[in-house]
Amino acid sequence: MIEIDKITKTYGATQAVDSVSMTVETGTITVIVGTSGSGKTTLLRMINRLEEPTSGEVRINGESTLSLKPHILRRRIGYAIQGHGLFPHHTVARNIGAVPELLNWSRDKIAARVDELLDLFSMEPAQFRDRYPGELSGGQQQRVGVARALASRPDLLLMDEPFGALDPIIRTRAQEDLRRIQKRLGSTIMLVTHDMEEAIRLGDRVAVMDGGKLVQYATPPEIITHPATEFVANMVGDVERPLRLLSLIPLSEVVEEGSAEGEALPPEASLRDALSACLWTGRLAVPVVQDGRHMGRVTLDAIRARAELHT
Amino acid sequence: MAWNLASPLAVLPGLAAVLLGLGLGLPAGFARLRLVGAVVGLAGLLWLLMQGAPALLDGAGEYARVSPAVGFWCLLVVLMLLMADALATMALGPMQRGAVLLTVIGALAIMLGSGVLADLSVMQEYAARRDAFVSELVRHLGLAFGSLAAAAVIGFPLGVLCHRREQLRGAILPVLSFLQTIPSLAMFGLMIPLLGWVGDTVPGAQAIGIAGIGFAPAFLALVLYSLLPVVGNTVAGLGATPPAALEAARGMGMTPAQRLLRVELPLGLPIILTGLRIVLVQNIGLAVIAGLIGGGGFGTFVFQGLNQTATDLILLGALPTVALALTAGIVMDILVELTRRTPKDTR
Repeated sequence: MIEIDKITKTYGATQAVDSVSMTVETGTITVIVGTSGSGKTTLLRMINRLEEPTSGEVRINGESTLSLKPHILRRRIGYAIQGHGLFPHHTVARNIGAVPELLNWSRDKIAARVDELLDLFSMEPAQFRDRYPGELSGGQQQRVGVARALASRPDLLLMDEPFGALDPIIRTRAQEDLRRIQKRLGSTIMLVTHDMEEAIRLGDRVAVMDGGKLVQYATPPEIITHPATEFVANMVGDVERPLRLLSLIPLSEVVEEGSAEGEALPPEASLRDALSACLWTGRLAVPVVQDGRHMGRVTLDAIRARAELHT
Repeated sequence: MAWNLASPLAVLPGLAAVLLGLGLGLPAGFARLRLVGAVVGLAGLLWLLMQGAPALLDGAGEYARVSPAVGFWCLLVVLMLLMADALATMALGPMQRGAVLLTVIGALAIMLGSGVLADLSVMQEYAARRDAFVSELVRHLGLAFGSLAAAAVIGFPLGVLCHRREQLRGAILPVLSFLQTIPSLAMFGLMIPLLGWVGDTVPGAQAIGIAGIGFAPAFLALVLYSLLPVVGNTVAGLGATPPAALEAARGMGMTPAQRLLRVELPLGLPIILTGLRIVLVQNIGLAVIAGLIGGGGFGTFVFQGLNQTATDLILLGALPTVALALTAGIVMDILVELTRRTPKDTR
């Protein structure tokens, strides 16, 4: 559990972060979202003390981050940034093994861990281990950057706009990868972004920052249906709200008995996918199929009913 | 004229080789052909030199001297330019360039060692001063490499400090730039009263060789000239690390020393070595002026020659200096390239 307790950062007369308190549960993804200058990056950087808080403190599993020397603290916290920050003169293996090397792991243990992580990120170890970052594609570099941040099995992974430099198609894939890997490893992740779409897609909880203040800290459906302020509502986007909400609900929640024509969807697809399929092919319902087994159908009426539930 | 110097039988092959060399070398477009042309031409030139000198000296008396004139030097420059251009176009790897350098040095050593050019006046000056030549060579190398080492020992930590503290950088770099602008003759001259005073006032200074003239003032002047390239390139090299890599290094818990040794230094090494290359080539040339204040080195011959208007003596000092500087430059270039060959270029 990560407890952020009335943390504040002032630069001269400006309050970059103004008395922010929040608690992050172990094994969840928390996304901090805000416009530029909202203090979101400063908040993140105060957790591993790349910025020293002016006041307040952060506790990781009950232990104050101020009780450790900053560089010792940072070795226990993963850190991935926009543009990956890989060392261009080190191979992929040395980049991933950088923190374990700082922690004096044995050579064999580091090599085993590197291969394990490359496998996890669907990169063939024998093929990628000895390459240099300059020889990888943007998406591969980004994956190596995240693998490096996870290498020492940190208590917490901080990510600052990790997908910011990727093009949209690779970004969606990277987000799915992160979700999958987080579920698999049970990591605790705090991620900063300016993109509300990304926040809603990835976050178990979303923290919205505005002008150095935490204006809302809630689950994605809560943020969409009950935005705390005008600013949050704007971030979500009025027109997009129903679709964003539908994108969070899997078909398995509203599947019903019966059959339907046309191409089927899997039960983990969202209601937004189903709505889109209905509108595009002029159908009133889509069949739901899991691993070749018919599970029922989802109708347009059911989607509409579910969308109206929030009021 | 060449054809009047010796028998036509001796002259013709040389002349033909020079003309063939120029014919092969001058047309653009074929680097290998141009290289072959340059080598053939140089061989012809050497042949003419070998045949011409004994023929001219034949029966001319004991004190007669013979030295190559304008025509030889012009041809030499043209052929060397052709060779350099051909090698540059062929874009050889560092190892191949090392091999070419060794070949050229080997050819030069065989040529000079075999005595085929012993009749030339420069070689006669050399023969008369063999012992002095060796000791001045050692002196010259001592001045150039010693000042390089001292400048590296002082300049590198200074560069690291300047890299870390911006105020210090603002204070030190302008001072070093100013030192660089002092004309070299004036700088060596200034060292005379300065070190003379130190030698007189500081107890024990004279015992370790510090005096107004000699090795110490020349050495100090060279070190002062070397500091700007060393410090400047260290600052530039360390500052060339991609900001994201530096941020990641800090974020993963590297201490400042670890960041320096594992990230900034390896990435900046090519630029830092380039600074050392500048210093080495510059100091091999500048060390000639040490001859003026009794510091020794090849400058001794140059200034003796200037005083006596003896061109051959000047050449005896100047030619080895040029050869040393060229060799040092090429070797350092190879080193720089080897340190750069880690990341993206290996594709």
